[in-house]
Amino acid sequence: MSTTMKDRRPPSGGQHVSRGTKNKVRGPRDPFQPVAYLIAIVISSVTIVPLLYVIIGGFRTTASINENPVGLPSPWNWQNYTSVLQNPTFWRMVFNSTLIASLTVAFTVIAGAMAAFVLSRIDFKGREVIFTLFTLGLLFPASVALLPLFIMIRNFGLLDNPLGVALPQAAFALPTTIVILRPFMGAIPAELEDSAVMDGCTRLGFFWRILLPLARPALLTVSVLAFVSSWNAFILPLVVLTDSSQLTLPLGVSQFSQQYTADTARALGFTALSMLPALVFFSLAERRIVGGLSGAVKG
Amino acid sequence: MSSVDRATGRQEGERLGTQPLPPARPARLGALRSRKTAEIILLLTPALALYVLFVLLPVGQSAYYSLFKWNGLEPLTNFVGLDNYRRAFKDTVFLSSLGHNGFIVVASLVIQLPIGLGLAILLNRRLKGQSLLRMVVFAPYVLAEVVAGVAWLLILQPDGLVDWFFTQLGLGDYVQLWVGDTDVVLYTMFAIITWKYIGFAVILFLAGLQGIPKELTEAAKIDGATGWQLTRSITVPLLGPTIRIWVFLSVIGSIQLFDLIWVMTGGGPANSSSTAVTYLYIRGFQRSSFGYGSALAVVLFVISFVFALLYQRYVMRRDVEGSVTRRVG
Repeated sequence: MSTTMKDRRPPSGGQHVSRGTKNKVRGPRDPFQPVAYLIAIVISSVTIVPLLYVIIGGFRTTASINENPVGLPSPWNWQNYTSVLQNPTFWRMVFNSTLIASLTVAFTVIAGAMAAFVLSRIDFKGREVIFTLFTLGLLFPASVALLPLFIMIRNFGLLDNPLGVALPQAAFALPTTIVILRPFMGAIPAELEDSAVMDGCTRLGFFWRILLPLARPALLTVSVLAFVSSWNAFILPLVVLTDSSQLTLPLGVSQFSQQYTADTARALGFTALSMLPALVFFSLAERRIVGGLSGAVKG
Repeated sequence: MSSVDRATGRQEGERLGTQPLPPARPARLGALRSRKTAEIILLLTPALALYVLFVLLPVGQSAYYSLFKWNGLEPLTNFVGLDNYRRAFKDTVFLSSLGHNGFIVVASLVIQLPIGLGLAILLNRRLKGQSLLRMVVFAPYVLAEVVAGVAWLLILQPDGLVDWFFTQLGLGDYVQLWVGDTDVVLYTMFAIITWKYIGFAVILFLAGLQGIPKELTEAAKIDGATGWQLTRSITVPLLGPTIRIWVFLSVIGSIQLFDLIWVMTGGGPANSSSTAVTYLYIRGFQRSSFGYGSALAVVLFVISFVFALLYQRYVMRRDVEGSVTRRVG
């Protein structure tokens, strides 16, 4: 590696040198290319091996895991998975998680889209102040407000109620939502609004019939982000949901792992199954999540 | 606001009836303006209501509760002033929990930043299967911390996968009680956090790298810049905004660490892996010290807030136009 760099330094190389440097970026003769592949392989193994271990371990028995922590299942044993899949509690948790995440998304997107519309396309005094107020929320994690939130939800009678989790979660998702939606909605040309108004469209009509359909990619991104963060949420459900029929999947995983500390294989099976929805959802929506996150970060 | 506008609108309407020359335009403008106000209020209310009720109000309430000794049930009568704060600053467990957060913050910056940056620079080239690689590296980020924590707990069991790996590499002597040893547990937690979040850094930096104009690096190469010079003088400075945002997110995230720790160790053994939030949770919910817990929350909030303000003011100001923390200061 160092020799190629030294070779490149003398300017006498002329054109030959610049062709060589181009190769460094694109060409097949890039000396770093094999290193890059090697590191790519190492890094993906480090990432993926723990996940595979959990999934494959679910097909083994605890006895064989204790005997030899590494190794393929022999025979492949479906029992850990089938017992979880036949367990109504598991499905109840899947249902609760889905319900809470869907409610969170609905509240976030409806309230967030309306607010982002006002904050991006209507001029009024105090607009920037309100927007700043929302961006401040990016700093408040639910954990800092946890105790008063708990008291408030208790006073509303929403303990052990999906709304008791979904409403605060939607509130905490609003800052990101508005920060992503506002520039997107603001970028839609004013001519479009003018011509809609000329054709007799009201402002609300423009919002509903033209802006929302145009903003669909951004709406989808914020929905995915809100859904994933609700699906993975732990601390708020932990304090709000105590009744065993109301638990979400993360609560269930944490409880299950405490119950079956001795039965590794079974715990692996349960954990693998609870990973699955997030991983599947992620592989479907990867572009949205990655795009949304880097978009949110870049503003 | 709208009622005032509506009132003026009505007044103008009455004037219309009595005066011979109807000032049609102002009346119409007034109606339009009140309609606009009504629309603003209609569209803004749901978000503002949710936000004020569940985000701003609780933060304010924390400050209020923190002045009382309170178990969360009886009426708020036992006013103790700033006693809870005095107690917090003498509470060695709380201070060491903050210290653990500080360790995670510093370790993330010192270790994750170079790794993430290095990987991103290395992977920012045409590789076969790059989209697959991105997905793989990013996968742990989407998992719930709880699920990741439980998975790692199983992997780190004595004689589990990690121990086997160490033995296989001839490092059997270095095998530890990864989550059971007070001297080791925090490092274990940090390693898992790195495993889970490095993908996010890589993806972010890759996105930033792709925004650097090719002409710049090409020109520098023609001028004879070496790979290292390129990285140091062009890539990293131009990646500055992305790096600064990542640092910000990383620090705020480290301050709020809870799920992973709670599931894996509960802050133990002997508080050796406790974080500010795990301690707050134990105090507030398990021991029902709502007043004291609220004081801890306020301290934590002030730390995040001051950090955000200073960081925004001195580090990020120049490069985040209309972004995440705009106008926070």
